Amino acid sequence: MTSTETDSTSPSKPCLPIVENFSRRAAVKAGFATLGAGAFVAAISPLRQAAKNTSAAEFMQTHYTELSPEQKADVIARLEAETKEKYGADVTIGDDRPIPGTKFVYAINLSVCNGNGKCVEACHKENNHDRDTNQSYIRVIEMPKGTMDMEQGSTTYTGVVPKDDKFYLPVQCQQCDEPPCVDVCPVKATWKEEDGIVVVDYNWCIGCRYCEAACPYHARRFNWKKPEVPAAEVNPDQSYLSNRIRPVGVVEKCTYCLHRTRRGKLPACLEACPTGARVFGNILDKDSNIRWILENKRVYILKEELGTKPAFFYYFD
Amino acid sequence: MSRIANLLFAGVVCLIGAMIFVATSPTALREDSHTTPDAVSPVAPSDDIRFQSASESAAKSAGKPETYPTVIRKPSGPPRIELAGTDPQGRTGSVACSTCHSVRQPNLGNKTAATLDEFHQGMTFSHGSITCYSCHNPDDSDSLRLADGTSVAYQEVMTLCSQCHSKQAESFAHGAHGGMNGHWDLTRGPQMKNNCIDCHDPHAPAYPKMIVGFKPKDRFNAPLDHSHDHEGAESHDEH
Repeated sequence: MTSTETDSTSPSKPCLPIVENFSRRAAVKAGFATLGAGAFVAAISPLRQAAKNTSAAEFMQTHYTELSPEQKADVIARLEAETKEKYGADVTIGDDRPIPGTKFVYAINLSVCNGNGKCVEACHKENNHDRDTNQSYIRVIEMPKGTMDMEQGSTTYTGVVPKDDKFYLPVQCQQCDEPPCVDVCPVKATWKEEDGIVVVDYNWCIGCRYCEAACPYHARRFNWKKPEVPAAEVNPDQSYLSNRIRPVGVVEKCTYCLHRTRRGKLPACLEACPTGARVFGNILDKDSNIRWILENKRVYILKEELGTKPAFFYYFD
Repeated sequence: MSRIANLLFAGVVCLIGAMIFVATSPTALREDSHTTPDAVSPVAPSDDIRFQSASESAAKSAGKPETYPTVIRKPSGPPRIELAGTDPQGRTGSVACSTCHSVRQPNLGNKTAATLDEFHQGMTFSHGSITCYSCHNPDDSDSLRLADGTSVAYQEVMTLCSQCHSKQAESFAHGAHGGMNGHWDLTRGPQMKNNCIDCHDPHAPAYPKMIVGFKPKDRFNAPLDHSHDHEGAESHDEH
């Protein structure tokens, strides 16, 4: 300190005080200080963006499973109002809970599926996916005959189907009984419900995409940008855990259309299938179609060796 | 040393200044966001009403234990032939099979469409080695005929097809063939199913080829010759 004082005060010639203080050192100090402040502001500027995008109520919202019925009603009212504000669509967001005594299971007849992709389109429309990217929870993979290794297939096929030397493997969330995606979630934003459906609380998801990496079926999707859906095309029958329009930066997945299936209806992809390859039902019901298929057809599951125990089956006639 | 200390001090002062600036500006934003829940609150009462109606419908379905039917769509009846020409008044029309067939003797020699030289000539027939009168009734052209000779109405087409296609009929009965619409849970609503000829032309029953329309644009759908996709594929192999 003493040395600096002597340095700066030694020229005792009379001059303006400001000019006297404005030594090179001060200029360097000020420069670094400005740089530091600039860097700091730049570093925390994403927080300001986040504050702009998130309302206080949304920020304070707790985990879906910890919401009281009144809180849920508030949250759903807020989401409906937000959809009206952002998309101009009047929607009703339900809170569909599992039906006691049901465990949903899906089966696809690979002898019949011809890869036309109507299920992909139906999913896209039903679940309010981003129109720009044609997002969908279903991928239909064109497979060489003789293997069930989905990594050997291609999703880029076009034109007339089915091709003679190929078969078609629609892949979506398998609603595993041992879901790797649930295990890796650091914030428990995804979990398996009593009827077997693996759901995501889009308001709790932090968008780390661990689950996307963990899923061996490539079944999860990340919202890279805000989904764009024209108001006229928004499906107004929505559910909190299902097809309500997802915010940007969260992971989403097939929910077996729980906003339909928990109300007794069939999933949208099944209704759209022109070949009748898709079967859906409650495996706990001994008289159900799905039970008969599992007991009487040649049934396969994808990547059985991983031990994920899918609730999704493929069969041949 | 003291120079570094001075620099550090200046840096800390600037940091504190910046923090105060940032802390004050989001408070304004937060005040903005405080107003949004107020704007939302008028919507809440209508939401309560919706919740009530949902619980009412649940109570209704609980009070009705009987199941809804599985409805199999039936053909409207015997097919009608659209006339190519017009009558003197310029009207087109359609006629029943019996319009012609009641005055013409059935020719049991006609086994395929190729031997027809007067009517039904444009028809494509690709259904194994069966003949016209394997299914059509030579005695009553407005009905079909089972293999044992009993007459069956056109509406009961599934009975006819199931004679040979019992495997498909069995699968159909268990929902494994033919598709469905409506409800999986018959206590909550009915289920609708197609009949055979909704998907299969009875004269050429092979399911038609289709054109792929809708394609999602995601990374798995990138063209294979694209360099980025190759990178992805290689990294997958490494795993």
